[in-house]
Amino acid sequence: MLSTSFRKHWDPWQELNRLPVDMNRIFSGLSDAVRTGAQVFPAMNVLSGEDRLVVTAEVAGVNADDIDITVEGDMLTIKGNRPVETLGEDEKHHRRERGTGEFSRTLRLPFEVDAAQTEAEYAQGVLTVVLHKPEASKPKKITVKRAS
Amino acid sequence: MTQTQDGLTKSCCTADKTATDKTTEEVLNPRVDISETNEALILTVDMPGVAEEDVDITLHKQVLTIEAKKTERSHEGVNPYYIEHSAGLYQRRFKLTEEVDRDGIDATLKDGVLRLTLPKVKAEAAQKIKVMTA
Repeated sequence: MLSTSFRKHWDPWQELNRLPVDMNRIFSGLSDAVRTGAQVFPAMNVLSGEDRLVVTAEVAGVNADDIDITVEGDMLTIKGNRPVETLGEDEKHHRRERGTGEFSRTLRLPFEVDAAQTEAEYAQGVLTVVLHKPEASKPKKITVKRAS
Repeated sequence: MTQTQDGLTKSCCTADKTATDKTTEEVLNPRVDISETNEALILTVDMPGVAEEDVDITLHKQVLTIEAKKTERSHEGVNPYYIEHSAGLYQRRFKLTEEVDRDGIDATLKDGVLRLTLPKVKAEAAQKIKVMTA
């Protein structure tokens, strides 16, 4: 009993067996599982500047009007819906890797942003959101006055 | 039922993932849907960040190769903080096991999605050729 539970928690052989899998992941980086299986949708980049952020999301095949962006403090949420396209009554599917339906992703940004100043643009299936640091939280230089 | 489906898949296309050797760019494996109607095979490929002129589709014998250069827009005054997608070369290769009408192939790119329509060769047309070669 004791040995089973021990094994459950830590099995040295299992650890060793798992190793090659992780190694493959590190080296190939292109295996199907890593490339297309384990990815979240949409893939996002966050680029950070002093008082500006550029966030990009790969949302191919989505109508720009169906993308919903919400900003709250330092949280950015991108929601949308990728419609199922029908080709006709006689359609058959052989392979379906592209996801359809509703998606939502929330990211914590490196700093709080001013929701009112958010700009977004959609081109070639890539959504670009530009966010700005609120005036109030920008570093302010305080000059020390000489007491006279 | 399952048998029929398997048969259909076999008769349509077999996907083939091949790594490229002619480029040092990162090879990206785009997600693909393969469908079929009575008239055509339809491939739908997610290729965000690709411009129409950067898509290259070739059908050599029965091997269909889709390649597209993916670019990332550069932004001034910002540095990478968190990165999940990058520029590279989308590449995917398929082996077609069904005759397609090479002149009727149609490709459109909209909102980062490539739609490739490969019309099937009509049974009557195939028969005609048979008669001529006999």
